[in-house]
Amino acid sequence: MRTFELKKLQYLLIAAFAFFLLESCKSKGTQSAASGDASKAYVAPGKYDEFYNFVSGGFSGQMSVYGLPSGRLLRVIPVFSTDPEKGWGFSEETKPMLNTSHGFVPWDDAHHPELSQTNGEVDGRWVFINGNNTPRIARIDLKTFRTAEIIEIPNSAGNHSSAFVTENTEYVVAGTRFSIPPDDANGDVPIDSYKQNFKGNVSFLSVDPKEGNMKIAFQIRTPGVNFDLSHAGKGPSHGWFFFSCYNSEQANTLLEVNASQRDKDFIMAVNWKKAEEYVKQGKGRKQAVRYAHNTYSDKTHSATSTIETEITVLDSKELADLVYLIPCPKSPHGCDVDPTGEYIVGSGKLAALMPVYSFTKLQKAIADKAFDGDYEGIPVIKYEAALHGEVQKPGLGPLHTEFDNNGNAYTSMFVSSEVVKWNVKSLQVLDRVPTYYSIGHLMVPGGDSRKPFGKYLVAYNKITKDRYLPTGPELTQSAQLYDISGDKMKLILDFPTIGEPHYAQAAPAALINKNSVKFFKIEENEHPYVTKGEGQAKVVRDGKKVHVYITSIRSHFNPDNIEGVKVGDEVYFHLTNLEQDWDVPHGFAIKGANNAELLIMPGETQTLKWIPEKVGMFPMYCTDFCSALHQEMQGYIRVSPAGSNVPISFSMGKTPAPSAAK
Amino acid sequence: MKHLIKTFAAIIIVSFIVACNNEKKDTTTSDNTTTNTGGGQESVVDDESQKDIVKIALGSKDHTTLVAALQQADYVTALSNAGPFTVFAPTNAAFEKLPAGTVDGLMKADKKLDLQNILEYHVSIGVFKEEMMQDGQKIDQANNKKITITKGADGKIKVNGTANIVAAVPASNGLVYIIDEVLLPPTGN
Repeated sequence: MRTFELKKLQYLLIAAFAFFLLESCKSKGTQSAASGDASKAYVAPGKYDEFYNFVSGGFSGQMSVYGLPSGRLLRVIPVFSTDPEKGWGFSEETKPMLNTSHGFVPWDDAHHPELSQTNGEVDGRWVFINGNNTPRIARIDLKTFRTAEIIEIPNSAGNHSSAFVTENTEYVVAGTRFSIPPDDANGDVPIDSYKQNFKGNVSFLSVDPKEGNMKIAFQIRTPGVNFDLSHAGKGPSHGWFFFSCYNSEQANTLLEVNASQRDKDFIMAVNWKKAEEYVKQGKGRKQAVRYAHNTYSDKTHSATSTIETEITVLDSKELADLVYLIPCPKSPHGCDVDPTGEYIVGSGKLAALMPVYSFTKLQKAIADKAFDGDYEGIPVIKYEAALHGEVQKPGLGPLHTEFDNNGNAYTSMFVSSEVVKWNVKSLQVLDRVPTYYSIGHLMVPGGDSRKPFGKYLVAYNKITKDRYLPTGPELTQSAQLYDISGDKMKLILDFPTIGEPHYAQAAPAALINKNSVKFFKIEENEHPYVTKGEGQAKVVRDGKKVHVYITSIRSHFNPDNIEGVKVGDEVYFHLTNLEQDWDVPHGFAIKGANNAELLIMPGETQTLKWIPEKVGMFPMYCTDFCSALHQEMQGYIRVSPAGSNVPISFSMGKTPAPSAAK
Repeated sequence: MKHLIKTFAAIIIVSFIVACNNEKKDTTTSDNTTTNTGGGQESVVDDESQKDIVKIALGSKDHTTLVAALQQADYVTALSNAGPFTVFAPTNAAFEKLPAGTVDGLMKADKKLDLQNILEYHVSIGVFKEEMMQDGQKIDQANNKKITITKGADGKIKVNGTANIVAAVPASNGLVYIIDEVLLPPTGN
């Protein structure tokens, strides 16, 4: 009996030991899927990422959203380019968003996303991005992750040094890459009359603090140069904006050589508080222009495009204390302000050193008139007078700098393909890490704000060759995630990007995900062609126009049998998705539709225009796998000849009487 | 029977230990994988595309000294990348014209910055074709110093008054001028 007890105890002990081993194995097991440095980028299935990362799509014209640290692609937000997947630019409601003074422009080259800020910190409300080609700025609403507004920029060509914001998002700026004759001047002049006829321009767009709506508050006319990038002052330098400019040679051909002649170009410092005063005093000139201003309403689920006709222009030559030029070596690209707002970093892409300017010294230089002559009437500040110091031998081809929360800066080096970490105050290089392939921009979450979250850095690289499996002549461009929490930067992940990643932004997920809209309330839908219930579904003929008020809900359309449509009619399918549940979009497609499909969110109405050209039977169906009976979600449209007398009729669920069937 | 249970329990324990050990092994392997972050463009195997500057230098028996110097200076990746560059590539014979021991001295680890400085003085960012070069033209080099181009009446181009352009070799990422002297960067400003 006693021995038996003892044995029992033994078994219990063995079992307990085995259980202990099992548990210790388990805890290792969760890490074993990715370990070492890679485990830092591993986000287990079912877990959220820490940061949202908004990455420009470059020539795709769109913006992508990734999770960090996993590098998982969450969404591609259509902005300047049409997107048949989402019906963007194809539905009647979204077409006006791509309207410009040049008409419908269904693409652009999207470069620099910038999150809205409050008190110099990213606030997760909106993200702005510039269209480089047909100069535009878009505002994306982070409640819906959709483009809410696009505004065109007059007197500009190549809106590159954009869309950066001031520390309370008072303004979002634009700066023209190409100087051109102003819109109200004769543009039909010889190209080599650049020096006489071409002007530069930077624009300040005010942003409504509640709704986010943009308005061109004023433009500042400058000498003809190329503006490249910009950043707002913050803290002590709030009220100023800094733009990098190159081609101070004013070359109009072979810029590759001719815009690299001078030893120094400029950082242009703009006192925008002064500009506001001048505007108030009526010192601005009203200029007649034409530019499109497009807004999207989540109430009517529709966009409107308005052509605006006037702006206020301030002349940098005539108005004192408005604009100063600071010499900066060799075609500066990046123009970055550190989190304290005291230091401004210029990155001359052909320079072998990086100047860091001090805002305090800049103010003193202005007060002391420490000028080195002028450039077309604008005071040029003595280089040394504004200089905090130079980073010596930082690397080759410095492009762009972001900051962490410990007083360090991180600069991308295009030519020497590396990220260089240096201390802003001491200007000492602390670490360098190869990116292997030509790096363009880099990004630290909050890294251009007053409050960086210096945990990760992402490098955006243009050329990847053997990083990914070959896919023909064109390879994916690339993001590289670095852990910057320690003294040494560590590469932890490569991930591919859409289009071309220029700049990017990132914000903690908690700032954004709590505001995410789950569906649109059907009772608040103010679309003029909404169908608020299946009972209201109808088809109405109005001359050659046929309006189909159609609904979708799992798993049918109402109506799903439509007759009486004739060849040459303009048929408008106004589809309302009646679902009131998160993540249940329905698609809508018609055979032969020569624009696109629709993808309609719950509670939303979207319209597909269709002009039938052939007599026959045209199936329609849902393209988004919505339910187990998705494959049953379909219907027919009968198209009769132009002169036919088949009346309009529509139905759903009507079965013919047995005797009627032939 | 009791014995059997004991043995069974022991087997279970052993198998757990083995399983844990295996995981440890896996961890080590993935650690190695993550430390190896891959190579740059110079490590891309591609015999079909036009050769870049590094591949041209690697393929030339007259440029073994330059290639060794680029490797020592860690400039192989940079010159394999997008550029565009104009590289003035001194031949082995050009390096031999330097005072005895100069090259060996520069190849020492503590002279890396000096070596980089000299090599950067042989690289312009941009493509400068011969027909675009003008007599007296100054070109900025990657080390922030200028070279001076002279063009004789016969159209022959010299760099800094003495180095002759022996040949021009177009590369996928720029242009290589083979020169017969090493360019020595001026000191100071």
